[in-house]
Amino acid sequence: MTRAVRTATAALAILWIAALHAGSSVKAGSEDPAANDALCAPPRLIDTGLYLDGRAGAIDPRNRPFSPQYPLWSDGAQKTRWVYLPEGSTIDTRDPGGWQMPVGTKFWKQFTFNGRKVETRFLWRASADLWIFATYVWNEEGTDAVLAPDAGVPAAVELAPGRSHDIPAVADCHACHGDKRPGPLGFNALQLSTDRDPNAIHGEPLAAGMTTIATLDRERRLAPARPELVAHPPRIAASDPQTRAVLGYFAGNCGSCHNRGGEIAYDGPSLKHSDVLDGDAVAAALLAKATAWQVPGQPDGGSYMLKRAHPEASAMLARMKSRRPSSQMPPLGSVIPDEDAIAAVAKWITSVSPR
Amino acid sequence: MKHTLATTTVMGLAMAVFSGALLGAMPAGQDGAPAPEKQKARVERGAHLVKTMACHDCHTPWKMGPTGPHPDMSRALTGHPSDMVMPPPPPPSGPWIGHMAATNTAWAGPWGVSFTANLTPDKETGLGAWTEEMFIATMRTGRHQGKGRRILPPMPVQILNALDDEDLKSVFAYLQSLPPVKNKVPTPIEPTEPAPLEKK
Repeated sequence: MTRAVRTATAALAILWIAALHAGSSVKAGSEDPAANDALCAPPRLIDTGLYLDGRAGAIDPRNRPFSPQYPLWSDGAQKTRWVYLPEGSTIDTRDPGGWQMPVGTKFWKQFTFNGRKVETRFLWRASADLWIFATYVWNEEGTDAVLAPDAGVPAAVELAPGRSHDIPAVADCHACHGDKRPGPLGFNALQLSTDRDPNAIHGEPLAAGMTTIATLDRERRLAPARPELVAHPPRIAASDPQTRAVLGYFAGNCGSCHNRGGEIAYDGPSLKHSDVLDGDAVAAALLAKATAWQVPGQPDGGSYMLKRAHPEASAMLARMKSRRPSSQMPPLGSVIPDEDAIAAVAKWITSVSPR
Repeated sequence: MKHTLATTTVMGLAMAVFSGALLGAMPAGQDGAPAPEKQKARVERGAHLVKTMACHDCHTPWKMGPTGPHPDMSRALTGHPSDMVMPPPPPPSGPWIGHMAATNTAWAGPWGVSFTANLTPDKETGLGAWTEEMFIATMRTGRHQGKGRRILPPMPVQILNALDDEDLKSVFAYLQSLPPVKNKVPTPIEPTEPAPLEKK
């Protein structure tokens, strides 16, 4: 082989290798991958824009508090949430099942256990095709929070004997928030409805100044405008209050995965916030749906998602009770069963389920 | 000699990269599905990976033959046989903390009892309802379909996680090319000791 051929071969190989590596860092549909690569979560929470004056104190008033009416169970954490929408920007509401937040949107969610701030999660739509997920771990004094490692922090704080709260890994963020159309999970028309469910499980009061569907409409943040959401605030239509509350709980705790979005193979009724509004129909479908996941002790073919008057054959109930890796639901983000929800669902299927 | 070795290494690297690049560069058909030639290449690559990464060791039931136990290829990749109901495993004893069935498809340990999955594309009992994205997400996260429960031992998900996306797509393409076989694998059995805080 001549030197020229050897040199050309080596150069070609280098080019191939370079092309392969460049390709691996390009996001599908990315408009400006180099710009995306430069975007990352700041090392400290105070640098994310949450606070006013460069220290963990007063919240910047441009960051609005909000409270989803059907909150996700997080082992009893007290959670405080804020959203920042860039000045003059609007939320694309064309798809009721998945609002598209404007570039620059930021969300924060602070987790407090037993009066101690433990972590603050941060979602940032940094560019048209890049959401950044990060979490910040608070020091013991609650004066500063720093970026958690990508792998998270196991056992960050003990919640009960043998049970600890884990700071999630970035992969865990993606598992819940998705990769196809990532974004917030508790910021949608049902969760921000002004027709709040008084029986919502772990429902939180709507404080003055909180963002709702009405404030977003008033500030012209919705595009296209959705005046019907103000005139007729979203509400789960159910023949009794228990059905409404239970389906709301499922929307907040199960619906981000158990829907027809195609991210998991699921053939039950969609529990997504935008799909549970016809409450009685969804409840009837849930109560009739057999499931391949076999409830321990039940015969083959004898397990249902939920079965009227038969909690022992109801897979959802069994999995809500479990905190074992092979069966717990939700599969991550909780180490303590939600006893209030378990009691509410058990009561619902035994006494007040719709005819 | 040194120069020749370097050149040979570069050439080998170039050929490896070229074959990978060629596979990735083959055009997609309409509706985003891979073109037939690309799909064929993926299936062939996937068959090789499945064979060499020992998937048959656990996902194909073993049977006893004249030369000892070996995978029963008439039930290739169908997972734990639904008609083989396992008795409770023996209790752990000393350093022996695990047990496996003679078929190599049921495993008992501190996590309970796990059964190997049916990897054929049967819609109800296998991977027929799965998408390529779900399969890749499973291998990347170690969670069922990338979102659900953790994949249980002894599945070496960390090994498959080391594959690049193109190889995982090839494995999935091969599995989807198999004839679907209806075989409902049991749900994992949890340990008898209740977890802390868990009410029976």
